[in-house]
Amino acid sequence: MSTETAHQTEEPDQAGSPMTLTADRPAADAAPAKRPAKVRRRGQSSPLAAVLSHGALIAASLIALFPVLYIAYISLGPDDNDYLHPGKIFAKMTFANYGKVMGDTGFFTWFGNSAIVAGGTTVIGVLIAASTGYAVSRMRFPGYRQLMWVLLVTQMFPIAVLIVPMYYILSNLGLLDSYSGLIMVYSATTVPYCAWLLKGYFDTIPMEIDEAGRVDGLSPFGTFWRLILPLARPGLAVAAFYSFLTAWGEVAYASTFMLSSDKYTLAVGLSSFVSEHDHQWQLMAATSVLIAIPAAVVFYLVQRHLVTGLTAGAAKS
Amino acid sequence: MAVAVVQRIRLSYSKYWYAYAMIAPVVIVLGVLVGYPLVRGIYLTLTNATSLNVGRQIGVNHIPDSFDFIGLDNYADVLWGPTAYDRFWSHFIWTVAWTAICVVLHYSIGLALALLLNRKMRGRGLYRLVLILPWAVPTFVTVFSWRLMLADGGAVNGLLGFLHLPEPGWLSDPLAQKAAAILVNTWVGVPFMMISLLGGLQSIPQELYEAAEMDGASPWQRFRYVTLPGLRTVSSTVVLLGVIWTFNQFAVIFLLFGSGAPDAQILVTWAYRLGFGQQPSDYAQSATYGILLLSILIVFTSFYRRWLARNEKANG
Repeated sequence: MSTETAHQTEEPDQAGSPMTLTADRPAADAAPAKRPAKVRRRGQSSPLAAVLSHGALIAASLIALFPVLYIAYISLGPDDNDYLHPGKIFAKMTFANYGKVMGDTGFFTWFGNSAIVAGGTTVIGVLIAASTGYAVSRMRFPGYRQLMWVLLVTQMFPIAVLIVPMYYILSNLGLLDSYSGLIMVYSATTVPYCAWLLKGYFDTIPMEIDEAGRVDGLSPFGTFWRLILPLARPGLAVAAFYSFLTAWGEVAYASTFMLSSDKYTLAVGLSSFVSEHDHQWQLMAATSVLIAIPAAVVFYLVQRHLVTGLTAGAAKS
Repeated sequence: MAVAVVQRIRLSYSKYWYAYAMIAPVVIVLGVLVGYPLVRGIYLTLTNATSLNVGRQIGVNHIPDSFDFIGLDNYADVLWGPTAYDRFWSHFIWTVAWTAICVVLHYSIGLALALLLNRKMRGRGLYRLVLILPWAVPTFVTVFSWRLMLADGGAVNGLLGFLHLPEPGWLSDPLAQKAAAILVNTWVGVPFMMISLLGGLQSIPQELYEAAEMDGASPWQRFRYVTLPGLRTVSSTVVLLGVIWTFNQFAVIFLLFGSGAPDAQILVTWAYRLGFGQQPSDYAQSATYGILLLSILIVFTSFYRRWLARNEKANG
């Protein structure tokens, strides 16, 4: 058992520098040894192919990066119509917009609200998704198939259509304009996918580990909590990433359920810069960059685990 | 008989207690926030509820519900009532086209990039990091940035003008609006596909490629007979999720065009507009759209899974 455990826990950490994703590592059931000599031979046989694929990847990278860089650039222009003449920004770049956003608006309140809601969604959503994923991965109970089906069907609900009835439920429960209400709503939208994903990940963890835990006198909860969760870090990281991003950038629910301006999340506060009469694009651009930064940090923290976590189960099941 | 049933329940209770305890939180949250709205939504579709006749609280006065039960009239009206084509079917056709085009683009671009990234090459980790980036940017920021880029005089038309190509009004011309929506959604959706397929590629044993090469298989044959079958399970999952997510993709179109662009609205944003974006809000019609959307997806998923199972059998 101990060798199994060591094998599972160390693998994700071994995968090179933080700049690389764990993709260099073959999946658990794939061939253990890579054959660099062979691949190099194939690569050398066609230098043209290497040039072409570098070209394609560079072009794709530029397309991926450009919109992000563009908005960062626009955010440096001081006037509200600068986005129409991006060329002119270069001469008068300034961080004034950032100062204005942080100084004159409810930025820090909104930021705090977003952090509470997204953090809460991540922790609560991932925990309950993990316990569900573990139950459907390891236990065959009556209602198992129905639960899997419900998790899939929940993905299909047109979110926009649920808003109206959800509004009434939250209002009846007295949860409008509260963090816990919004956290519950976000969890309901993220948990089905996370549970699916984590079920797939748990499926790749050998059953023998659970059995060993039982033999050592752990309850099913104990096995789950002490043995399986630590082994499932890549899967949990992806689930956390997905939950955090969903909650961090969401607008429709947040603007419907958070009524007072001191409860706005960042995305809602941001949209208040653009009204019918007043388009403060430059402030919006600056706030967009400020919103993207925490998401980028979370992304950077989990990116090593993305490839393994996302597909360990899908590739196997 | 009754004793036997009680006995069985008690037995299954003691046997499956842990499983039920572990799924309870999810079942409760989904039951309250998804199950109940579904039941209430189905009920609303059978009424003529609007924001004018639904019960509400004004100050201390509670005004009770005053809408009526009208049976299946909403469905009849949406599907074949007067102007049903302009309201439902035109959006339905566009939604299906939107879903098909977006998922094909997501999958093919994602697969192409995953194949490139799966090669041994310099700077692979950096490419991968940059290419996943669009996934990490909140949709709100993404769409806002694209809105500035697609605006008249924005970066996209600037580039097109520089190349002496026509400069469409991306945010105002109906056809260009649709193209713009597809463009933005493709940018948003490719990273997920790419990473999933990359994981799938890496789980294909190298021995299979070596064996194929020994047998003299060309690169195309290796792709056709080793790579594609090896990706089948990953592909079937991500395509199903891609269809479901794209069909219900709310944020991109809603944020890109706001309440304008009647032609580019897909069914979800159209339903939202009926329920929340107009005065008076038509809750009954909005709920009817919701139930119809859900039914379409459930029918699609059932057929898709049956088709997969049949393929699985045919391919051994």
